[in-house]
Amino acid sequence: MQASIIGKSCSASHINEHRLAIPFFLSRVPAGFPSPAQDYVEQTLDLNELCIKHPAATFFVRVEGDSMIEAGIYPNDVLVVDRSVRAEHGDIVIAGFHGELTVKELELKPVTRLIPRNKAYPAIDVPEGCELDIFGVVTSVVRNMRRKSSAKS
Amino acid sequence: MSTVFALVDCNNFYASCEKLFRPDLKNVPLVVLSNNDGCVVARSKEAKALGIKMAVPVFQIQEQIQQHGIQLFSSNYALYADLSCRVMTILEGLAPRVEVYSIDEAFLDLSGLGSAVSLLEFGQNIKDTVAQWVGLGVCVGIAPTKTLAKLANHAAKKYPATGGVVDLTQPERQQRLLAITPVTDVWGVGRRLGNRLEIMGIKTALDLAKCAPATIRNSFSIVLERTVRELNGESCLELEELPPTKQQIMCSRSFGSRITTLGQMSEAIAQYTARAAEKLRQENQQAKMLTVFVQTSQFKESSKVYSNSTTGELVLPSDDTRELNVLAMQLLKRVWRDGYSYSKGGVMLSDFYDNDTYQPGLFDEVIKRPNSTKLMAVLDKINQSGLGRVFLASEGINNTWSMKRDHLSPAYTTRWSDIPTVR
Repeated sequence: MQASIIGKSCSASHINEHRLAIPFFLSRVPAGFPSPAQDYVEQTLDLNELCIKHPAATFFVRVEGDSMIEAGIYPNDVLVVDRSVRAEHGDIVIAGFHGELTVKELELKPVTRLIPRNKAYPAIDVPEGCELDIFGVVTSVVRNMRRKSSAKS
Repeated sequence: MSTVFALVDCNNFYASCEKLFRPDLKNVPLVVLSNNDGCVVARSKEAKALGIKMAVPVFQIQEQIQQHGIQLFSSNYALYADLSCRVMTILEGLAPRVEVYSIDEAFLDLSGLGSAVSLLEFGQNIKDTVAQWVGLGVCVGIAPTKTLAKLANHAAKKYPATGGVVDLTQPERQQRLLAITPVTDVWGVGRRLGNRLEIMGIKTALDLAKCAPATIRNSFSIVLERTVRELNGESCLELEELPPTKQQIMCSRSFGSRITTLGQMSEAIAQYTARAAEKLRQENQQAKMLTVFVQTSQFKESSKVYSNSTTGELVLPSDDTRELNVLAMQLLKRVWRDGYSYSKGGVMLSDFYDNDTYQPGLFDEVIKRPNSTKLMAVLDKINQSGLGRVFLASEGINNTWSMKRDHLSPAYTTRWSDIPTVR
């Protein structure tokens, strides 16, 4: 671990030397002209509002691998997953399969299958009686178009 | 109008949280360990089936861990708190009034709802919604009083045939359940009280319910009298929606390895003070009193036992980490004794005031550090961003004493670098 000192907190003696008397009651007095735009201020746009309908049911996952590139999902993308949505035929879902979380297109007709959207990968059959755990439905993709400058998020 | 309460309780909460993002652990026995990875504090249903007992020290079950491949996890409170918060939010959306009772339990007030909907179906809907939205299992107990709702929940957990939801609003069903419930399973009746009751021939919850409340009050307490009334369907405990303002904030932990020098202990106490001060600022409170305590291990193994605490007072209430730390260091020097191996230390803040509402005495020297509020706000912002940590140098850099958490899972839901990956 690295640590750097960013400043010293004042010692008690230092405070005593630089004693400053502050009156008990302070109040702010407004000054200057009010902004002419004040009456027109609306709320700012919040991206959460656009991508997240059910915060309590929403999770984020990060994509590894290229099995979904034809659906516009690339490695290192962050997916917004809404668990409150019932998975339907054609949804992109996160599923637990063979002990791993995977992102695939869900096919329910004629049989249940998980479809990768990359021709290099085969479809995954879910045999009758074999349990498929759907973790949630992918509702949005978040991609940083300038990866190098901000790898963090 | 007759009252109706529901108790919603998550199944094996910590263990279920650890499994949520790990499909590979679906049917695998798993236990969650206490601070410093000492004892078992939560077990998955597979671990329970193997006979792993609650609170057992890990070293005593090494053989079973090897033999059955039991997975160990350190307590990941960031994860549990986030998932708990999601469950509570869902409950607040479904029920008119909610009391968050603990990290994995909530009481709901469903009074009056029974005339419009089937309470059983309502309970099932709660259970299904939480399972779908957060992926955690819950059981629901519904009854006219909180004490009976607790018992109904207990039954929902114990008997799989109930499907995890028990409606105990009918007196006949209450009687039948009470008759087969040991008195020690009643909310608020511990083992010691249970023993005393059993000597008097009160063995089941029904036996207790049949006691005359006045007799119970005379031979035990008014608290147990209330329990008797509640068991008979008379609601005495109301829903407490607003958590009372915190009266104190405590930060204490057992050390990963014993502390023997004042230098190390100062680092630990400084760190706990900083953490407590951060919590204090989250509550928008300022504290005037601070207590520091240290103790050696209380077990036989340690030759010399010592524990002590002392409390000091600030001239003005404060939420400034530096201010509180100066006091904490003074207090520590008062309780510190050389020659002991300390296993635990801590800090408690008390005597709270709303921000800047304290009226100092006429002759008190009122000195506030300039820009304290802004500086602390920046500090909290940086430290809560997960991108770095800013701290007092006195907290130390190489904390060899810090808590052991060798099996900690990622902060799946609260840190961008830790979110689950999918292929």
